[in-house]
Amino acid sequence: MPMLPRDRIAQAVTQPATRPALVAFATAGYPNAETFLPTLRRIAEHADVVELGVPFTDPMADGVTIQRSSEGALAQGVSLRWIFDRLEQRDFDLGAPLLMMSYLNPLLTFGYRALAERAAKVGVDGFIVPDLPYEESGPLREALDEHGLALVQLVTPATPAPRLETLCAASRGFVYAVTVTGITGGANALPAELSDYFDRVKRAAGNLPVCAGFGIRNREDVARIGAGVDGVIVGSALVEILERGEDPGAFLQQLKSPA
Amino acid sequence: MTDLSADDKAELLRQLIARELPDELGRFGPFGGRYAPETLMPALQRLTAGAQQLLADPDFQAELAAELGSWVGRPTALTPVPTLSARWNAEVWLKREDLAHTGAHKINNALGQALLAKHLGAKRIIAETGAGQHGVAAAAACARIGLPCVVYMGEIDMERQAPNVDRMRRLGTQVVAVTSGDRTLRAAIDEAFRDWVADPRDSYYLLGSAVGPHPYPYLVRELQSVIGREARHQILAACGELPDAAIACVGGGSNAIGLFHPLLGDSGIRLIGVEAGGRGEALGDNSATLATGRPGVLHGAYSMLLFDADGQIQETHSVSAGLDYPGVGPEHALLKLIGRVDYWSATDEQALAAVDELSAAEGILPALESAHALAGAKRFAREYPGSRILIGLSGRGDKDMPTLSQHEVGAYAHVAS
Repeated sequence: MPMLPRDRIAQAVTQPATRPALVAFATAGYPNAETFLPTLRRIAEHADVVELGVPFTDPMADGVTIQRSSEGALAQGVSLRWIFDRLEQRDFDLGAPLLMMSYLNPLLTFGYRALAERAAKVGVDGFIVPDLPYEESGPLREALDEHGLALVQLVTPATPAPRLETLCAASRGFVYAVTVTGITGGANALPAELSDYFDRVKRAAGNLPVCAGFGIRNREDVARIGAGVDGVIVGSALVEILERGEDPGAFLQQLKSPA
Repeated sequence: MTDLSADDKAELLRQLIARELPDELGRFGPFGGRYAPETLMPALQRLTAGAQQLLADPDFQAELAAELGSWVGRPTALTPVPTLSARWNAEVWLKREDLAHTGAHKINNALGQALLAKHLGAKRIIAETGAGQHGVAAAAACARIGLPCVVYMGEIDMERQAPNVDRMRRLGTQVVAVTSGDRTLRAAIDEAFRDWVADPRDSYYLLGSAVGPHPYPYLVRELQSVIGREARHQILAACGELPDAAIACVGGGSNAIGLFHPLLGDSGIRLIGVEAGGRGEALGDNSATLATGRPGVLHGAYSMLLFDADGQIQETHSVSAGLDYPGVGPEHALLKLIGRVDYWSATDEQALAAVDELSAAEGILPALESAHALAGAKRFAREYPGSRILIGLSGRGDKDMPTLSQHEVGAYAHVAS
């Protein structure tokens, strides 16, 4: 039996070529919609999992970088449908599992059943939905389950213990441990002491791997944060690299080399 | 969702009247809920528990009532308007929220939540504002209670409503310009949430309308229901009977839910919410969410919403900044679904005409928002001659002078409502 999409994600995080696993986030079609597929391909060559952002008019959990990328992509006509169409047209194998990060309304508008079917067809392995807490996630989770797709659950340092258990048990692919109380791309330094928090999350996650995200910008962050978890998620820093027209592959590669 | 039976609808209305809604998940029937980033979930749960406990606490209610009386100036008057009544062939009464401190109903909610925040141990208050009325109310309430306040305001609105920016600053509030998104109310709410996500334990988000994740639609309704309770009592005292209709404007819908909720059980009263019809029916030309929107999720709630085929939120238009918002409170979405409230719309020109008509006839300059309710009432009077109509006059029009000055007095007198 072929591996389920959500298990592909878990495996890619658990067994990366070099530890920690690297999850690379980019907003689809930003800064240039025309080079979407080659950019995606380049990122996937150097990341263990790719997280593709679906632009939205009101990204309320995101900082200025991802807001700017969202506006820039929308201005070029990028939408969920556009992304699916491009993914379907690609003539190469991605090599790394693909997650989509989207606010809920575009997914709701697409329709959950149609979404899961189309996502599975074009090789999307799962979703991260920052404005969909566990309590409201039943209908989407059910639709994704039908196709073995992951719904990755976020947990935060403020998540109380009983809730942490519930969220980890519900998560698929990996557990997304938010490092800071705040929005993405924060300028503040990462907390010095995260190991207790990571230990709590890992205990609650059991066999499911844990990836840490928010505020991870460079090789030092990757090494330090990565020591306590299975994988790290790099978002705003990569978006800035793409924005400046620099090579995402080289950036991701140096993140993985010893600090 | 539209296939509710008559029995289902009656049951939902019964639950609303009995105040059994929202349920523990914050649902009003299919609408409402809590669609917020995980970081805010513990804070929203604490706020829900704190609000339920304090709103049921007689000491808290006594403290709130004392401030509403001596500082806000409640109860606000119920004013008969004989000249307008004669012109419209109706018996028209105005519930005068324009007479409340800071000039609109917004203060009822701002004061109540600021007091709540103090009791819950908040160290600072975050608020958003569109036209500036909620921002001014929040700034005043925070000054009164002694909590620092930060108000997020779109940079376009800051330009349009410069006097209110100065008012907030003089009240000791920090006003932060929002340069992202649509640079109006919608982006200001996004930015207020981002601030709260960074500090959910010590900051309190004082949301200004009956929108947002649970418990806000519930909390704002409870704090605004003073409007409907007072009005019901006052009109019974004045004429011994209830009105045939109660009419209020609807943007997010806080003044309307405040007027309507205590009247839901009076089955003889027609309830009518009036949305901003703007300059036309096309998507983007109005803010008539209930008339033309579809169910979707924005700012933490599942409710009626204006968005495009890709789920992207639609920019809206209204001459009235306070109604210029693509969403609406989830309780209104349910009230429309079960048919207890009818939602009409009034155009920019009808609202401008109503401002002039009330000002000249009765010496009361209404806010452009409230003028939408007046336009709806005029239409009701034409359809049902001789009826008694209660209008929620949510605010005064002084703040609208820059907009009003762009139109000649009486320029829209020919426009029918």
